[in-house]
Amino acid sequence: MTPRQRRVTLVVGILVGVSAAVALAVRAMNENVMFFFDPTQVASGEAPIDKRFRLGGMVRPGTVVREPGTLEMRFVVTDFQKDVSVKYSGIVPDLFRENQGVVAHGRLGADGTFVADEILAKHDENYMPPEVARAIKEKHGGVMPVNPDVRSVPRT
Amino acid sequence: MDWTWFHKFGSPPHVYRLAGLLTPWFAWPAALLILGALYGGLVLAPPDYQQGDGFRIIYVHAPSAWLAVMIYAVMATAAGVGLIWRMKVAHAVAASCAGVGAWFTVVSLLTGMLWGKPMWGTYWVWDPRLTAQLILLFLYLGFMGLRASIDDVSRADRASAVLALVGVVNLPIIRYSVEWWNSIHQAPSVMKMDRPSMPFDMLAPLLAMLLGFSLYFGAVLLIRLRAEILRRERNASWIREELT
Repeated sequence: MTPRQRRVTLVVGILVGVSAAVALAVRAMNENVMFFFDPTQVASGEAPIDKRFRLGGMVRPGTVVREPGTLEMRFVVTDFQKDVSVKYSGIVPDLFRENQGVVAHGRLGADGTFVADEILAKHDENYMPPEVARAIKEKHGGVMPVNPDVRSVPRT
Repeated sequence: MDWTWFHKFGSPPHVYRLAGLLTPWFAWPAALLILGALYGGLVLAPPDYQQGDGFRIIYVHAPSAWLAVMIYAVMATAAGVGLIWRMKVAHAVAASCAGVGAWFTVVSLLTGMLWGKPMWGTYWVWDPRLTAQLILLFLYLGFMGLRASIDDVSRADRASAVLALVGVVNLPIIRYSVEWWNSIHQAPSVMKMDRPSMPFDMLAPLLAMLLGFSLYFGAVLLIRLRAEILRRERNASWIREELT
């Protein structure tokens, strides 16, 4: 082997070796890398239900109930397969709304209600002006679809 | 095959002159594109249906984050070329990349935090995407710190090149973190195989800004590369001829 070939082997070896090591490490820690668990994972027992964890999913439309005069609220988080109801007391971020992604941090209670002490909103990747959003909603019976084609509606 | 053109890039005086000639061809289009894209993004583009005008930070945040990753790829490639072909100019390119990449990483992290507070409800969470981007910053800082701590230039070149190559593993992690794991960060709106999740009048300034930032990086890289070559070749006779 010429010296240059040896150096090529070194460079390729570094790239392959480190990638393999990190891939194995990430596979081993997969659970800890998960920022949140969805309701299906909670139902199947994959989530660490005896500890604090983050629950993520969509806010099911029509389930947000606010206690008048307090900051108490309840809503249902869904991944369209399983539901988990959530109790929270506090101020929610601007993007918190029905049919939007949400990440709740807290504990699962004995009655199956998730008691959250922190609510984060998860934004989706769709950007569009208000009039396009209105037109898409009208076309889909007043609900924003999960993966809207933001260019499908002609601007007025 | 004739490799003369490639070997010419190993010659510091040749690269020094070439970089000087090319700089304005990057700098002027970059200035025009960034100014145009700022106007397009801040004035012409419509507000978002949920975020209102707050979404406009994407015009700085997303291009900075892309550049942070792309510059690392350029830096690692240059470091690898320098390692394999013993090419000093390639090591000089890698050394010139690090500072610019680190600043773009800082800008992407800071703008992301400013956006995250009102939209997500928090400045920072230890989310896979956010954490991987922070590690990218540490890789840049580690690369620069390692270079600065070794006095002998060629040893510093080789040691930092190995570190740069090791860090390459972080790039696919940054890109795919939002798809492999549950993340609070949204999936890509533009850099995906599918149609962009954005109408044309929001997308056009974003792409113009990305091109503008890339050309800006090109211009800054060329200027820094010239400075780096001067520092390395300070005792060479060609410099005396060049500067008199």
